[in-house]
Amino acid sequence: MSDRNEKLASKIDARFGDQMARMASTCCELTYELNKDDLLKVATALRNEADFGFEMLIDVCGLDYLHYGDTEWATNSASGTGFSRGVERKPVILDEADEFDPKRFAVVYHLLSIQNNIRLRLRVYTGTANPPIVKSVVDIWNGANWFEREVFDLFGIMFEGHPDLRRILTDYGFIGHPFRKDFPIMGNVEVSYDAEQGRVMYKPVSIEPRTLVPRVIRDDNRYSADLKDASKDG
Amino acid sequence: MAEIQSYTMNFGPQHPAAHGVLRLVLEIEGETIQKADPHVGLLHRGTEKLAETKPFNQSIGYMDRLDYVSMMCNEHGYVLAIEKLLGVEVPTRAQYIRVMFDEITRILNHLMWLGAHGLDIGAMTMFLYCFREREDLMDCYEAVSGTRMHATYYRPGGVYRDLPDSMPKYAESKFRSKKELDRMNSVRDGSLLDFIEDFTNRFPSCVDEYETLLTDNRIWKQRTVNIAVVSPERAMQLGFTGPMLRGSGIEWDLRKKQPYEVYDLMDFDIPVGVNGDCYDRYLVRVEEMRQSNRIVKQCIDWLRDNPGPVIAEDHKITPPTRVEMKDDMESLIHHFKLFTEGYCVPEGESYAAIEHPKGEFGVYIVSDGANKPYRVKIRAPGFAHLSSMSEMVEGHMLADVVAVIGTQDIVFGEVDR
Repeated sequence: MSDRNEKLASKIDARFGDQMARMASTCCELTYELNKDDLLKVATALRNEADFGFEMLIDVCGLDYLHYGDTEWATNSASGTGFSRGVERKPVILDEADEFDPKRFAVVYHLLSIQNNIRLRLRVYTGTANPPIVKSVVDIWNGANWFEREVFDLFGIMFEGHPDLRRILTDYGFIGHPFRKDFPIMGNVEVSYDAEQGRVMYKPVSIEPRTLVPRVIRDDNRYSADLKDASKDG
Repeated sequence: MAEIQSYTMNFGPQHPAAHGVLRLVLEIEGETIQKADPHVGLLHRGTEKLAETKPFNQSIGYMDRLDYVSMMCNEHGYVLAIEKLLGVEVPTRAQYIRVMFDEITRILNHLMWLGAHGLDIGAMTMFLYCFREREDLMDCYEAVSGTRMHATYYRPGGVYRDLPDSMPKYAESKFRSKKELDRMNSVRDGSLLDFIEDFTNRFPSCVDEYETLLTDNRIWKQRTVNIAVVSPERAMQLGFTGPMLRGSGIEWDLRKKQPYEVYDLMDFDIPVGVNGDCYDRYLVRVEEMRQSNRIVKQCIDWLRDNPGPVIAEDHKITPPTRVEMKDDMESLIHHFKLFTEGYCVPEGESYAAIEHPKGEFGVYIVSDGANKPYRVKIRAPGFAHLSSMSEMVEGHMLADVVAVIGTQDIVFGEVDR
């Protein structure tokens, strides 16, 4: 698998040059980042040219990097008073900003070539625009239709050239984009049946957010490769 | 004479043939479908978002609830993605157990599909036949994990526990005679492996029974032959995987082409269709049941001869045994840390795909080094298949919509996530 990946990588580097930037690969997988303006050109070439032959789009995935690398519970230094279990909640950032951080939203495409038996991952950042927007690949891979609708629904990323960009998974009349990191896990509204008015009512949620297990990032000898080796020697 | 106009009709979301909560808005002229617009999401639970708020291991149970007729395969995709990030080695015995249960799950799924598909287009008896065999497989699930459906049996690093030495037996009750009880318990005297082996010996003749009922049945053929034909080019273009792709004649099976676990050591064939219609997809799935049966048999033979650990010994990831935990300080700490905080997964991203009974089930995990995933994306095969609904039913009759829903093997747990 990794031989094939290396062969593919050298072909991609030769064909696309600066248009695609190879990312450090984890887990023997090949990831490339590209500028959103180059997406359609590159995607068409990847599908049509025999060297690549990616005739299938396996998946389109939205990503929101807003809280990437954040922890809820700093535990690196001990204190006289001990650790607190409490999680401090971050203030909610409204999406009404004129500009987003250019690395906030990304769309990830997973491609599969059946003829060459290889996989490839492409990542496109949406830039600073609000709402975030990228070009639709639905004309290149028709199967992208629903995948892009899903990304639009859950992340609010628009796809230019999509024939039918409607919400797909959330309720009719839903407000907001639930998979953005600043959308609370319990939502904003709850529904209940109002017997007096004889209809279903929307109300603001009545439950409080609660964190059972705080999010932590460890870099002690269990996780850091250098420290792991050192602890074995000792 | 009045001009005939097309009209719009609603189908579902509460319709027995909609396989759950599918709502279709159909544009019909006479009884011919012009356009179908599936509305999904009625079962959306936000599994991916929920997984972001929990340590890795606590989301395994959510995976069972995605495609709730092939539970262990969903878990498999998820734990494989975590294992890729962690770089853990899974013991060989655990790999064989996983392969065996993946194939048992495939049979479970295809039996459910065959029964429901038959029921939808007029073969009532199939449902009863299929559920007879499903019951035995559900018992295997129960024996190994304690539950009949939502097993949570696969863990990063292996499986939760080894195969049990005894099968649970039916208890006496006033509704069963002694003779009946003895007959039902006769195959349950030995271990789980004995029980599964007995099943694999019986099962091929059961498949023969199904085929006797359906394969040459005139009504069955009228309802499926030349219905919803998909060309191989279109199948790839639309992102079809699994039996939907193979039914169109493309020989593509991740178990052969990108083998995971011990599938490269297994001897089995990939059935492929010719015409890409509902009938070919039926034949493909029926043959897959026979092939799965073959794989299960090979696993049983290996598992009998090769005892060993079933979960990695790395206690930074897998919990120590109960006995160790009780009298070893280090193990106690491991146990406490694993069950309160979980383990941190190195920063990176991984995509693990498995050949799920319905197609390619992929899990894409982005980790920022924390004890919870940063993002989990589940690639559900049914989602891609359902998106082609409009194209597949166009020009067919209203009754064929039901045949197409059946042939796509739609389960809403995974489509809506």
